[in-house]
Amino acid sequence: MSPVVEASALEKRYADFVAVAGIDFRIEKGECFGFLGPNGAGKTSTMRMLQSVSLPSAGQLRVLGMDPLHDGKRIRTRLGVCPQADNLDPDLPVLDNLLVYGSYFPQARALTARRADELLDFVALGDKRDHAIPELSGGMKRRLVIARALINDPELLLLDEPTTGLDPQARHLIWTKLRELRARGVTMVLTTHYMDEAERLCDRLVIMDHGKVLAEDTPRALIETHVGHEVFELGATAAESRDFLAGVELCGAVHEHTGDLLVVFLTKKHDLSERLIERARQAGARYLLRNASLEDVFLKLTGRELEE
Amino acid sequence: MSAETSFFHGAARVAGRNLTVWRRYAAASALGNFGEPLLYLIALGYGLGRVVPPIDGLSYPEFLAPALIVSTVMYTATFEGTFGAYTRLTTQGTFDAILATPVTVSEIVAGEILWGGLKSAFGATVVLTVVRAFGLVPSWLALGVVPLGFLAGAMFYAMALCMTALSKSYEFFNYYFTLVVAPMYLFSGVFFPLEGAPPWAHRLAQVLPLTHVVAVSRGLVRGQPTWSTLGHAAVVLGCAAAAMAVAARLLRRRLQI
Repeated sequence: MSPVVEASALEKRYADFVAVAGIDFRIEKGECFGFLGPNGAGKTSTMRMLQSVSLPSAGQLRVLGMDPLHDGKRIRTRLGVCPQADNLDPDLPVLDNLLVYGSYFPQARALTARRADELLDFVALGDKRDHAIPELSGGMKRRLVIARALINDPELLLLDEPTTGLDPQARHLIWTKLRELRARGVTMVLTTHYMDEAERLCDRLVIMDHGKVLAEDTPRALIETHVGHEVFELGATAAESRDFLAGVELCGAVHEHTGDLLVVFLTKKHDLSERLIERARQAGARYLLRNASLEDVFLKLTGRELEE
Repeated sequence: MSAETSFFHGAARVAGRNLTVWRRYAAASALGNFGEPLLYLIALGYGLGRVVPPIDGLSYPEFLAPALIVSTVMYTATFEGTFGAYTRLTTQGTFDAILATPVTVSEIVAGEILWGGLKSAFGATVVLTVVRAFGLVPSWLALGVVPLGFLAGAMFYAMALCMTALSKSYEFFNYYFTLVVAPMYLFSGVFFPLEGAPPWAHRLAQVLPLTHVVAVSRGLVRGQPTWSTLGHAAVVLGCAAAAMAVAARLLRRRLQI
């Protein structure tokens, strides 16, 4: 089966900087594919190219088997977009937001009206049909944006940081809805800088930084390949961590020191955790042994320093 | 689902979105269109008019009325094309949201201008009704100011949209209103006849699009169109086409980063 999205050597250059510096990826039908990266990594530029609003500067891109350069209109007819910025129409009440948005697509008004009703129920806003947009909470607005993105029953749903700025309850509700959509077979592309979000939702993901892809795999495989299965953290200054490491055989386990933290990445074969804990106790230092997460992969690949 | 939407579908739905919003505030909007020209008509037409001698055989209110219809059009279209469109372009992200659908930038521009024309034609109709009530409309040809209002409204809206595409803030529009719109209002033959003005002033007035709109409106409302009325109409049409082309170019640049 042909992929839903296929990109090779894809680039986006603006007048004074390169946002996307030649990336390759394939997104298969029915999967949830993630773009993970710090701010400015090139995620949103990539999304805008998938959306066929901004055109690639170089490289190949095919979306739903079509070329965005010539078929932008037809691509967008079959696309759902949940943008990062909240751009619901504050001049219109909840239901009209869906009806007016639906009118931009080539579908009958009655069909749009029926879907609008179903979608408001789906995102649990059925009792808010006549409310004004400014009356909605952040989570309700985001759910409405998702409902709006589904008004044309899209084959591909683009979600640009769908839960940024929401409280935990609101995030979990949105994740539930997105998993329901995935179960229905909707292909999804997601950008996020929340690792837990990517781990929960994405079948496969790429980690991006400075417009380049640093790694691509399933969340599980990324963690195992780049970090291991456990992480040992020790509160220690640079000098303290030198002393600490001098007294223990690391057997090749990778470690890093930044600021006031020593981090040791452990795979199953190392079997070091007991010795590290013992040594930390002797030194009377604060320590933590925890499961490795996508965040460790992310920080390892993109660096712990603040990028601005 | 049909494969693709037409250019007209996109433009009509963009205009339709604005119409849907406007319907919620239609009463306030109509009051604005109705109240201000009425005040000018009373204060200037009948107040100041008492000491103004007849112009080409017309009383001052008769002279003023056709011009008030189209100056309302200019202000309606200009406000909507600057503050209204700028809000949709920036703070509300309306255009960004629409661009995620099959609607294109060109369709947004066309739909916005179509909307500017419709809203202006509505404003022209309201003012026409008002001045008709004062017995200042002798001819049925005056109904022509409705399509004229649409055309002139589309032109002024497109001009305003150019400013919107260039603007970085609401304050920027002060330049446009003070340097372009206000002089146009005052020196386009709305309040005094251009005939008899010094030749340089007369020539200068010909550069202002409103001058030609006022001339067409007078010809229609008085029921005495001439060949020169047709000439003025052609100038309005030309200006409208040019302003739309420039607006489309500027807005495409602004929206498609």
